[in-house]
Amino acid sequence: MSESEHHHPNYVKIWAILVVLLVVSVLGPELGIRSVTLFTAFGIAIIKAYMVAKNFMHVSVEPRFVTYLLMTAVLFVVLFFAGTAPDVMNAEGTNWEKSSWLAAEASAPAEAENHH
Amino acid sequence: MRPIANTRSVTGIPTGRLAVWWIIVSEIVIFGGLLGSYVMYRLAHDSWANQAAHTNTMAGAFNTLVLLTSSLSAVLAHKAASEGDGKKAAKLLGATICGGAVFLTVKAFEWTHEISIGYTITSNTFWSFYYTAAGLHGLHVIAGMIIMGIVAKDAAKGRELHRVELIGLYWHFVDLVWIFLFPLLYIAK
Repeated sequence: MSESEHHHPNYVKIWAILVVLLVVSVLGPELGIRSVTLFTAFGIAIIKAYMVAKNFMHVSVEPRFVTYLLMTAVLFVVLFFAGTAPDVMNAEGTNWEKSSWLAAEASAPAEAENHH
Repeated sequence: MRPIANTRSVTGIPTGRLAVWWIIVSEIVIFGGLLGSYVMYRLAHDSWANQAAHTNTMAGAFNTLVLLTSSLSAVLAHKAASEGDGKKAAKLLGATICGGAVFLTVKAFEWTHEISIGYTITSNTFWSFYYTAAGLHGLHVIAGMIIMGIVAKDAAKGRELHRVELIGLYWHFVDLVWIFLFPLLYIAK
């Protein structure tokens, strides 16, 4: 698609919406409800990312393969996470253990926050 | 006719833009791997919230606003370039570079304060991730500013205007990474 074929939406309006979403994501944790904080932090981050990709990067007017390329990279990140998290997030497993984690878990929470 | 391939009939998009998309794809894996690792550790250690509580949310929020605004000027530069107005595109790219400079200045003050009160890259794993992720992102901001300066210099003379969109794409991605870094490092406490 050539330059002249690009449709230019009202970028200032999109920016204004992004700023409003930013304000919501900052105010969300003030309510002190964990599920609300998670949504206003990460749900809104995903919405903002989608808006930037669609309106500023014009992903939606690129050939479809560009979206597939980007999604393939995201899929590999998900695969990496799914493949390593079960071990990384556990302190022990079959024939292995993370002695420093176990020691930290056994000690006071104040000490646990400082372990590596 | 210059002896370079500037279009690909198979892909249907200019070669430069295809190359930037490839860069962004590789960057997704780099930042995705780093942030994915952070999330794994963060979920495994509730106590990290005590460390994250020391990051400055307002500084992070202000920097998010700065990057969003710089993305606006980058996309307006692209619009100006697509209308053939190189001078306007160069000015808007200049504004984007200023946005990058403000972002880095805030970061410098933030880091100086945090390091001075003892939170360094070796303090513990949270701060290691904090400085590595924000540092890698900061390097991308610096790289974007340098490339943008080169593109703006040409654009001001009405040359290579298609590059305005290409550096814009990269800059929006850098903005996009920060959109995720902000809640991960500053809000999830």
